[in-house]
Amino acid sequence: MQYHAFVIKYAEIGIKGKNRYIFEEALVRQMRRVLERCEGKFVITRVAGRIYIEASDFDFDETIANLQTVFGITGICPAVTIERDENAKLPDYQHLSEAVIKFIEGVYPDRHKTFKVKCRRVDKTYPMDSMEIDRSLGGDILEHFPEMKVDVHDPEIWLNVEIREKINIFSEIIPGPGGMPLGTSGKAMLLLSGGIDSPVAGYMIAKRGVEIEAVYFNAPPYTSERARQKVVDLAGIIAKYTGKVRLHVINFTEIQLYIYDHCPHDELTIIMRRYMMKIADRIAASQNCLGLITGESIGQVASQTMQSLLCTNEVVEDMPVYRPLIAFDKQDIVDISLKIGAYDTSILPYEDCCTIFVAKHPVTKPRADIIRKHELDLADKIDELVQTALDTDEVVEIRK
Amino acid sequence: METYLDNSATTMCYPDVAELVSKIMTQDYGNPSSMHHKGLVAENHVKDAAGKIAATLKADPSEIMFTSGGTESDNLALIGVARANMRAGKHLITTQIEHPAILETMKHLESEGFEVTYLPVDENGLVRLEDLEHALRSDTILVSMMFVNNEIGAVEPVAEAGTLIKRVNPSTLFHVDAVQGYGKFRICPKQMGIDLLSVSGHKIHGPKGIGFLYIRSGVKITPIVYGGGQQKGMRSGTENVPGIAGLACAAEEIYENFDAQHVQMQELKHYFIRTLSEKLDNIRFNGKTDETSAPHIISVSISGIRAEVLLHALEDKEIYVSAGSACASNRPHVSETLKAIHVQNELLDSTIRFSMSVFTTKEQIDYTIETLCAIVPMLRRYSRQ
Repeated sequence: MQYHAFVIKYAEIGIKGKNRYIFEEALVRQMRRVLERCEGKFVITRVAGRIYIEASDFDFDETIANLQTVFGITGICPAVTIERDENAKLPDYQHLSEAVIKFIEGVYPDRHKTFKVKCRRVDKTYPMDSMEIDRSLGGDILEHFPEMKVDVHDPEIWLNVEIREKINIFSEIIPGPGGMPLGTSGKAMLLLSGGIDSPVAGYMIAKRGVEIEAVYFNAPPYTSERARQKVVDLAGIIAKYTGKVRLHVINFTEIQLYIYDHCPHDELTIIMRRYMMKIADRIAASQNCLGLITGESIGQVASQTMQSLLCTNEVVEDMPVYRPLIAFDKQDIVDISLKIGAYDTSILPYEDCCTIFVAKHPVTKPRADIIRKHELDLADKIDELVQTALDTDEVVEIRK
Repeated sequence: METYLDNSATTMCYPDVAELVSKIMTQDYGNPSSMHHKGLVAENHVKDAAGKIAATLKADPSEIMFTSGGTESDNLALIGVARANMRAGKHLITTQIEHPAILETMKHLESEGFEVTYLPVDENGLVRLEDLEHALRSDTILVSMMFVNNEIGAVEPVAEAGTLIKRVNPSTLFHVDAVQGYGKFRICPKQMGIDLLSVSGHKIHGPKGIGFLYIRSGVKITPIVYGGGQQKGMRSGTENVPGIAGLACAAEEIYENFDAQHVQMQELKHYFIRTLSEKLDNIRFNGKTDETSAPHIISVSISGIRAEVLLHALEDKEIYVSAGSACASNRPHVSETLKAIHVQNELLDSTIRFSMSVFTTKEQIDYTIETLCAIVPMLRRYSRQ
């Protein structure tokens, strides 16, 4: 079937009252951004609660794949449109019926299916009302394709006919990612580790229209250049949805070794994570971020028990910490990771800095007061080391 | 000082070779199968190359089959011989410490119904001839053994094995994976009882993506790649003319100054081992280290460090080495060779390989020793508890 238009469906932003245009404009802006990287010519128009894309010389699969990265879109309906004639008159019923028959022929090679016609007549000047059109088109279809059957409750084919400034015929709805258009919320700082969870957490917050910056803690020579490249690649997967990600690479080795030398070994991970949060908080504040994002999930590992979360949470002073995966099971996280195409990269077996010195039995129920006391042993040099880490922040700008 | 000590993974291309390859790519780019002059020029490059390579093995040029490298040569040798000789028997013999190009191919042949015996090795990684003798049966069609082990540099008793095989069962074919041995030793297949021999270009300062399989004339073997019938139908596909010429040029060059270079590497190896043993405690060199071992490979286990960390720390000083076997170090992998020679479990992850080439200098070795002595104590201080 040669489609030449798409009807874009969006849900939540339809309900934002007077702010609606802000969201719709953001959505159109994001669609423009992804269509720019597609082959073909596209014209996007926004009329009365609908967004249309007219397309020519385009690659269908590529266009769909890219539109599916635009948050805010709930459905993409490939459509055939019939224009008004030179006198601005809509095509008559005969014309419409022929187009519908041709549409079914083109889209459904196997027509042993149930169907229902659903007409929306927005332009009330059209001579037939929507009920009449439903009935008449249904009759014409049955006459042409005796193998098709009507089912008004649960049809296999919903045939949509919209009569507005032009007539749109569409039946298939390809799901979009949902969420809110990018640029309608603010910016947050993702702690990106290279595992399965943090890219998913970033994706989920981005899906709420949030711009993403990321911070990665590098620990050479304990972690390798490939581990760093892996994180750059993961940031690239998020950037596919958000257009760009600024990745801050922080050299964490000195801090880690200093903690190793001065604190009880079983508290190493928790103290290390407190410093990661502190550093992330400071970079985030300097970059005007409104929150931190982590991939933590209650109880997943020793550093993610509720006691540990309490302990790492208290060091963040400037903003909330968003933990979108907090109540997710691992398999649910893996499913999303697979869906967004991050999984194969996430499971590459390079060591990340959280595991290099991990104790055989790290504390699982740390008490913040005790941790704070042990951190006093770091007082000599730790502020200086943190400052150096911040000063040597290396920024990698990833654009997609 | 950039110090590349990962020559068993791959080597720097000789500048002469790179120049020749580039010249053929841009000027003599014809297809050897074309009937015109450009085709003839290309064909002559291939012929010359076969001649030069045959000369290093005291073989006939018709016995050289060009492939894409060591892995393809091993696959062709094993699968080609097994399939062609299955009526004579379905038993194959190899060792536990072969490269995956052999072990994985053997595994595949097992799924095709062949039976494979994997010979163990002694603590130095050497196959015991009596084990081989016991394993040989009247239905053994092929024995495959490596010349030099890629991880610890053990030099297998290939000539003795060849004699033994031909004495016990003259119809059993003998394949040698000489990817790490060619260029480091003089190899004469006919004197050593070798029927097939695999070689890779990029381990001898030649290009990547090229290698050859020596197939003694008269060996029964069937192709594993089909197509336009190039190389007498044994390996279809337009010949990689620049690669082939580059490979031959590298082979010639590496055997040109063979004796002096062999001695030089051997001396550097002994110097390295002696000096490091004096300066660092709790280290252990794997396999034999005397002149019967490969002159370019040094495997050392350094207790209390993780090899990958040491590798990255050395990398920071521009010293490039490998942890275990380079082809496999990007996935969690326990070295078959180190396991087979019974390296203690806690040292498996602490084993690092230095591999030299003709370009390695004493200054580089000194720099490496000095760097190790500075880094190792620091890394030992910070470890998992």
